[in-house]
Amino acid sequence: MSLLGEDIVTGKGEFVINIGPQHPSTHGVLHLKVWLDGETINKIQPHLGYIHRSIEKMSECLSYRNFIYVTSRMDYLSAHINNQACALAVEKGLQIEATPRGRVIRLLMAELTRLQSHLLWWGCTGLDLGAVTPFFYAFREREAIMDIMDETCGARLTMNYCVPGGVMYDVHPNFQKRVKDIIVQLRSRFDEYDQLLTGNVIFEQRTKGVGYLSPEDAVSYGCTGATARGSGVSCDIRKWFPYDGYENVQFNEILGKTGDCYDRYMVRMAEMKESVNIIEQLINNIPEGDFQAKTKMVLKLAKGEYYQRVETARGELGVYIVSDGAASPYRIKYRSPNFSNLSALEVMAKGAKIGDLVAIMSTIDLVIPDVDR
Amino acid sequence: MNLLLNISFSSLARWIDLSLTNLLNNYMLVKAIEMVIAGLSLLVFLVPLCFFLGYMERKVAAFMQIRLGPNRVGPKGSLQIVADTVKLLLKEGLTPNASDKFLFNLAPVIVVIACMLVMAPIAFAKDFQLWDLSIGVLYISSVSSIGVIGILMAGWSSYNKYSLLGAMRSGAQIVSYELSVGLSIISIVVLTGSMRMSDIVLSQENGWWIFKGHIPVLISFIIFIIASTAEINRAPFDLAEAEQELTAGFHTEYSGMKFAMFLLAEYINLFVVSAIAATLFLGGWMPFHIGHWEAFNHVMDFLPSSIWFLGKTFAIIFIIMQFRWTFPRLRVDQLLNLEWKYLLPISMVNVLLVTIMAIMGWHF
Repeated sequence: MSLLGEDIVTGKGEFVINIGPQHPSTHGVLHLKVWLDGETINKIQPHLGYIHRSIEKMSECLSYRNFIYVTSRMDYLSAHINNQACALAVEKGLQIEATPRGRVIRLLMAELTRLQSHLLWWGCTGLDLGAVTPFFYAFREREAIMDIMDETCGARLTMNYCVPGGVMYDVHPNFQKRVKDIIVQLRSRFDEYDQLLTGNVIFEQRTKGVGYLSPEDAVSYGCTGATARGSGVSCDIRKWFPYDGYENVQFNEILGKTGDCYDRYMVRMAEMKESVNIIEQLINNIPEGDFQAKTKMVLKLAKGEYYQRVETARGELGVYIVSDGAASPYRIKYRSPNFSNLSALEVMAKGAKIGDLVAIMSTIDLVIPDVDR
Repeated sequence: MNLLLNISFSSLARWIDLSLTNLLNNYMLVKAIEMVIAGLSLLVFLVPLCFFLGYMERKVAAFMQIRLGPNRVGPKGSLQIVADTVKLLLKEGLTPNASDKFLFNLAPVIVVIACMLVMAPIAFAKDFQLWDLSIGVLYISSVSSIGVIGILMAGWSSYNKYSLLGAMRSGAQIVSYELSVGLSIISIVVLTGSMRMSDIVLSQENGWWIFKGHIPVLISFIIFIIASTAEINRAPFDLAEAEQELTAGFHTEYSGMKFAMFLLAEYINLFVVSAIAATLFLGGWMPFHIGHWEAFNHVMDFLPSSIWFLGKTFAIIFIIMQFRWTFPRLRVDQLLNLEWKYLLPISMVNVLLVTIMAIMGWHF
């Protein structure tokens, strides 16, 4: 791609600008080619592939036990949920179920992961809109959650905690106490978050009526997660296709009304509260027993196709395994939420200003390694 | 003690003037030397001031963001900014190949010169002023807008798309907000009847304008703070260097000392704007006086006038710094809406109110 001629100013007088791959607000190596009329975006084109690591191919080369952990590197902010999806898919193929204790621990960890991911998103949204302070407030709580994970599985981000049949180790003895602490802490901080950012006049101006995504577009672009729910599309996998015992907990699917940035923001904020509710329901009811079901050393899935979908912090993650009966998958396909959500960027950002583009991207909550895989 | 108080800065200046005239008989040479001395003392004042403001900004930000801020270099991290300056001095100042090299290198100088020129009529303490010219505030508002030329120059000459966008934004922004700043200043000029800075300060001997001028002056004070925050490109109006949108806006291509000069100008501008606000609305170096309470006023006089001036200025700086770490950034059209739809009409009506108040003598 040359930077001369057409790429600077087009015949129609459009100013072409390359945002990324190194840019503060693309949250990774995303390259957006933007055609501008003054400050207004006429056209936007994402260029992908800067962090493509062929995770699907790598997964096909590893055993059914090992490939799970490669997926931690896709959407690293919901690494645990990715692992969970793979573990569930393998369990489907093995026709076993995780132990009750293992399932509840997985669920707890998944909701903690969702919380920390949403907290980071909240901080980054503030940062993208020019308010630096929320970032540090969000990190205060996020660190506490990370410490819980650190204590239990020895890793903070890419936890690699799921195995087919349950979790790798039992939780740390401090786990329950610390999770209860974080519930109390978060409940008291949510109001602070609202005071700091949500209720701010400038913030409302920046997000209300910006980046409108109609429910029809959300469906046709395959948007999932808070991006689609902000437009009022009910798509919470935890409700529609419950897994790992989501059918036993009480929580609401949050839906937005208008489909602008503000609605997507509010959906995520409310989702954090729902996650806290789920954790509160489960934390006192972790069943006794084995945390891991007994499985063979070498896992072999029966010939066939297996599909498992989960709700990550960003939307629907699908894991599709084709097995030919060998010890490693014949073919693996990941349906990643960010890739589909990113495709809707063009509709959302058309006619918006550059400042809006940043707001839109931050409310889609992109994680670029998940787009490229 | 009495003697110490009597040695004011103006007597020092007079002494320098006299001894130089005795020494050299050439009038022009004496004036030239005096100007050099004045400029040097300004520089000697400004550089530590900017260090302090940089340190203050970091600490204010840190405490608002539940962290510690600089705490390694020097006591309580106070030398961090010195270390950073040394780094910037030693760094290579890159000039992009495709840029207009002359303008590119000239731009930071113009920005710094513009904000240093504005320092001239500011009264730092009683009888301590570089140049008490009769059109003081007019001079300030006209000279301070030279800075935008430097910013536009930087944006145009860098041959960078982000810089260009940043410079365009900055141009629109500063030109718009100049109006509100000007109208706020006019309301005080109307009340004082003079544009001379020393007259404005002296007119507040029996109380600062913000207290004497009822609500209209309070409104113009608030408008002045908002508009001047926008004029010096500070958050939430820092669209010209919107980091998340334009990476660094007009100074994207600058590095090393040239970048440091933009930073220097930003802090000097912050100080200048706060100093002007303090002078116009909070009485400059004038101690806190209330009407005819002679005893109270006398007690207040015991604090040196420079302390009063700096105290007020830093109070305003502190407020402006808090803006930066609290608010998200406005969008470019919202920024212009704010000025043209709200601030400008309000300040126009406000000037009218102040004028009526001044004619009728309703102020204290």
